[in-house]
Amino acid sequence: MNTLALGLDRTVVELKMYSREKEAVFFSFLFPILLLSLFAVIFSGQFEDADAMSAGRFFMPGMVAAGVLLTSFQTMALSVATERDDGTLKRLRSTPMPPVAYFLGKVGLVAVTSVVQLVTLLVVGRLGFDVPLPDGGRRWLVLAAVFALGVVAGTVLGIAYSSLSTARSIGAVVIGPMLVLQFISGVYIGWQDVPDWLRQVAALFPLKWIAQGMRSVFYPQEMASLEMAGSWETGRTLLVLAAWAAGGLVLCVSTFRWFKRGTV
Amino acid sequence: MSEPAIRIRGLSKTYGQHRAVDGLDLDVRCGEVFALLGPNGAGKTTTVEVLEGFRDRDAGEVSVLGTDPQGAPLAWRERIGIVLQSSGGLDLLTPREVLRTTARCYRQPREVDEVLTRTGLQEKADERISGLSGGQRRRLDVALGIVGRPELLFLDEPTTGFDPQARRDFWGLIRDLASDGTTILLTTHYLDEAEHLADRVGVIAAGRLLALDTPAALGGRQSQEATVSWEEDGVRRSLRTATPTAELLALAARFPGEVPELTVTRPSLEDTYLALIAPHVSGESAQVPA
Repeated sequence: MNTLALGLDRTVVELKMYSREKEAVFFSFLFPILLLSLFAVIFSGQFEDADAMSAGRFFMPGMVAAGVLLTSFQTMALSVATERDDGTLKRLRSTPMPPVAYFLGKVGLVAVTSVVQLVTLLVVGRLGFDVPLPDGGRRWLVLAAVFALGVVAGTVLGIAYSSLSTARSIGAVVIGPMLVLQFISGVYIGWQDVPDWLRQVAALFPLKWIAQGMRSVFYPQEMASLEMAGSWETGRTLLVLAAWAAGGLVLCVSTFRWFKRGTV
Repeated sequence: MSEPAIRIRGLSKTYGQHRAVDGLDLDVRCGEVFALLGPNGAGKTTTVEVLEGFRDRDAGEVSVLGTDPQGAPLAWRERIGIVLQSSGGLDLLTPREVLRTTARCYRQPREVDEVLTRTGLQEKADERISGLSGGQRRRLDVALGIVGRPELLFLDEPTTGFDPQARRDFWGLIRDLASDGTTILLTTHYLDEAEHLADRVGVIAAGRLLALDTPAALGGRQSQEATVSWEEDGVRRSLRTATPTAELLALAARFPGEVPELTVTRPSLEDTYLALIAPHVSGESAQVPA
């Protein structure tokens, strides 16, 4: 079999394992959908003019951004660290499987889960909470580009991040910092409610840019004035995310280890 | 004689100050079952990992199936099978799923069903691996090692933690593979395992080869004195002799019928092994990671 076919086969195996692990399905796949539903219900009273901005619409960009982070970065960091510790990587390395096939399998897993999650979010938002779908081809295009770059960056950064810790503690090492990042990046609270200096910190990381890109897709045009620069900065958003994706790929390739520390 | 499956000359590997392998020479012939014995920290695992291409050596020449494992191409991995000490991370899959995806990596794999049958896993083929017993998991490890139809199989302490029946079953599987002509390099702590399975045994300690022979002849076992033991007047008697047959004849003449509780023993492989490694085992060496 050629490498591409093996990559596809790995994708199928990865999807099987992912879907059979209830914790993964809940905490990375369903979590943003659940939170969107919760926030839309809990905060519905605080949005008086629901025609202009409903609670569901307000939180949609953040939940899409959180979903990207969860299905790419969190899934990769946790699964690769675990697979390095439990010997999965060593076992794969002992076969003639080309190493690229392993990574193609991971990419396939993230691609399928994140796209299905995005579609589910859009459908639940539209049908459940009247969140309007992006209007116009340009917004769909921005959605696709920000989403794709965010997923690629999250995947390679997640794989690189997995080398920082062992399976035993990777959960804490991933979930703690990610929670902080989600708060300061305006995922769970309004971006304009985050203090300016924290917004500067958040701007160093990709999540803020994914969330901003998603706001430009789901929010009314006039809300661009609430952004730090007073505009959506679509060009810069794409550039920053592309830089993170490229840098992450370099980091991922240069730090990747097949064996756990101290064994080989 | 044909080229050996494994050829090691002057292999050395040092971790910091610790010389894990110290000028090891060893040949493993094609088609034989070779058992590598040695105390913890003797350099067994390091040696095997060098042979498997997982670890780089400091010095020496190594050839595995005619190829240097260090930087060997992926095609070389088509020809070897590795049974790791434990295959984790498979809990969510079934044996059939794992074997099928592994088989796809090889050009001429064995049939998945054939492998399942040979390893006695056909009844568990479609159940989650998390529900398999320890022995069944180990057989799955072997199944994964042989699905690619390897010429050379590495078996690292395959029956640790087995109950006696499971070990016997497992030995049958290994002998079955060996009879196909698969060359097998086995590391083990169980001397009876080496005695049952191996054509030849190598004992290493402190990174060097101490002895190399068939299990029956290792350390001059065949020529050592035998112990003849029996019961007489309610007392256990025994004597060591170079001519046990003559002693038996004498005993047979003294007793009217059966000689009570008669045994004739030579030093077990374990006795021989322990005597061989005794000078090299100290409290410290057992602490060094292999």
